[in-house]
Amino acid sequence: MTSLAADTRTVFSRELRPLRYDPFTIIIAMVQPLVFLALFAPLLPGDKSEALRWFVPGIIVMSCLFASSMTGSNLLFEIQTGSHERMLVTPLRRPALLIGRALKEIVPMVAQAVLIVVVCLPFGYRLDVGGALLGLVILAGFSIGMGALSYALALAAKNQEWMFWVVQQTLLFPILLLAGVLLPLDGGPGWLRTLASFNPLRYVVDAERALFTGDIWRSTTVTGLVAAAAVGAFGLFVGVRAMNRST
Amino acid sequence: MIETRGLTKHFKDVRAVDGIDLTVARGELVALLGPNGAGKSTTLRMLTTLIPPTSGTATVAGFDVVRRQREVRQRIGYIGQGNGAGHSQRGRDELISQGRAYGMGVRQARVRAAELIDSLGLGEVADRKVATLSGGQRRRLDIAMGLIHAPELLFLDEPSTGLDPQNRANLQEHIVRLRAEHDTTIVLTTHYLDEADSMAERVIVVDHGRVIADDSPARLKAEHVGDTVLLGFDSEQETTAAATALPGRAAQPYGKELRIRTQGGPRQVPGMLEDLRSAGLPAASVEVIRPTLDDVFLTLTGRSLREGGANSDRQPATELVEV
Repeated sequence: MTSLAADTRTVFSRELRPLRYDPFTIIIAMVQPLVFLALFAPLLPGDKSEALRWFVPGIIVMSCLFASSMTGSNLLFEIQTGSHERMLVTPLRRPALLIGRALKEIVPMVAQAVLIVVVCLPFGYRLDVGGALLGLVILAGFSIGMGALSYALALAAKNQEWMFWVVQQTLLFPILLLAGVLLPLDGGPGWLRTLASFNPLRYVVDAERALFTGDIWRSTTVTGLVAAAAVGAFGLFVGVRAMNRST
Repeated sequence: MIETRGLTKHFKDVRAVDGIDLTVARGELVALLGPNGAGKSTTLRMLTTLIPPTSGTATVAGFDVVRRQREVRQRIGYIGQGNGAGHSQRGRDELISQGRAYGMGVRQARVRAAELIDSLGLGEVADRKVATLSGGQRRRLDIAMGLIHAPELLFLDEPSTGLDPQNRANLQEHIVRLRAEHDTTIVLTTHYLDEADSMAERVIVVDHGRVIADDSPARLKAEHVGDTVLLGFDSEQETTAAATALPGRAAQPYGKELRIRTQGGPRQVPGMLEDLRSAGLPAASVEVIRPTLDDVFLTLTGRSLREGGANSDRQPATELVEV
């Protein structure tokens, strides 16, 4: 008999394997946030290194959100071909199917994060490695939850593929904007800030910003951890339920 | 190996499976036969833990399919209608991860994968991307994946759908050999009549979510249809006269042809010819038509399995038998 960790590793390494033969997809995935950074960062007002300190964690969170919300899109194809069904009949634990797939999506994300940081170093950007690592753990928790929700969405939309994209795209940008990833929320009207306070990603972003500068012992770290864990747990609950109910 | 009681699955208002009681013993090779939408696949999906029953119970390989899913999954193999291998993956990699999923060590999974690649003749394609494989090769890869953990019970859902006749024959050979060599219990669904006929010792005919017959193909045919003897004569008059010359037989003239429904046709023919000769009405031609499983289905339901779809490439014999 296997363990949840071993099952997760089985799913994760299976998912990762095609990338080994086709590293080009990772390269493509990494270019996108760089383009974003290059076109967006010059618009930020004030001191550049100060702006980057605010902006770099945001970009990393954003690509993480994009990547994990796509977890279900790979699944859609596997639902159609039959390999998803084949895996459901194996003794693999259901959460492992979700976690393994979601974690695979954030492997390119980690590579992206490293690349972005390296690119920003010449512009005076400095990062706290310990804080950033803890930040990645928080992001992984959040991504597992987002990935699992995306997985559940793919299961729900398996007969109308376009539905997956409609829902994913419709939710993606409000989540992104209401988290203060691209623009600060501080100057926004009250109703917007109230809405944002219900968005767990908002707490994750705040935590990342503090952690990347080395500000570990703050309440934002705790709220970020709690928000990520809540999204993770909720996603896994919904995802496993969707799997068990799917016909 | 399998025991179900009142197994039922409703999808909203549709009773896909409507109370199936089924017992399959160790080592049996059973075919579930029925038209599309009869409930075969739904039954299989419940037995393989993919969907929970609406009501009723099922015990598979000694464990309840709802309460002990992991135990059931550990013991069964399943080859679904689609392709089990991911299209962007390599066949060998998929076999190894499949082995890992069943708790094998890396080395063990690797050895087992190589073994199956060898025995299913996948040597040349195992390290290629699955998307580039032909339909027949992919199907063999599916079988290899279903067998990775040498399950005691193997389910196949429409295994030969979409394969050309040669690949179908090849696949059937593998299944029969598997059974002979490892005594694996095999349950398959099919709407190919010849497949059920030639492979299974036991055919369970399913229609509208219920079992309507359950026996060996030979007994199903003998019991529900019987044979038809066709005797040809030189003129219609002779045919009508011959009908009266064979008293006690359900002989019906159709033009120059006399149709007689009977059991054990080949054994009856010499006696009939004798009777006709002594009546001065020698037959010009003789044909014995053995029933197909489709005839059985037709007798049981009034519908042909071939209706509404290209379900088989064999010549329909129904209109000859339907007297």
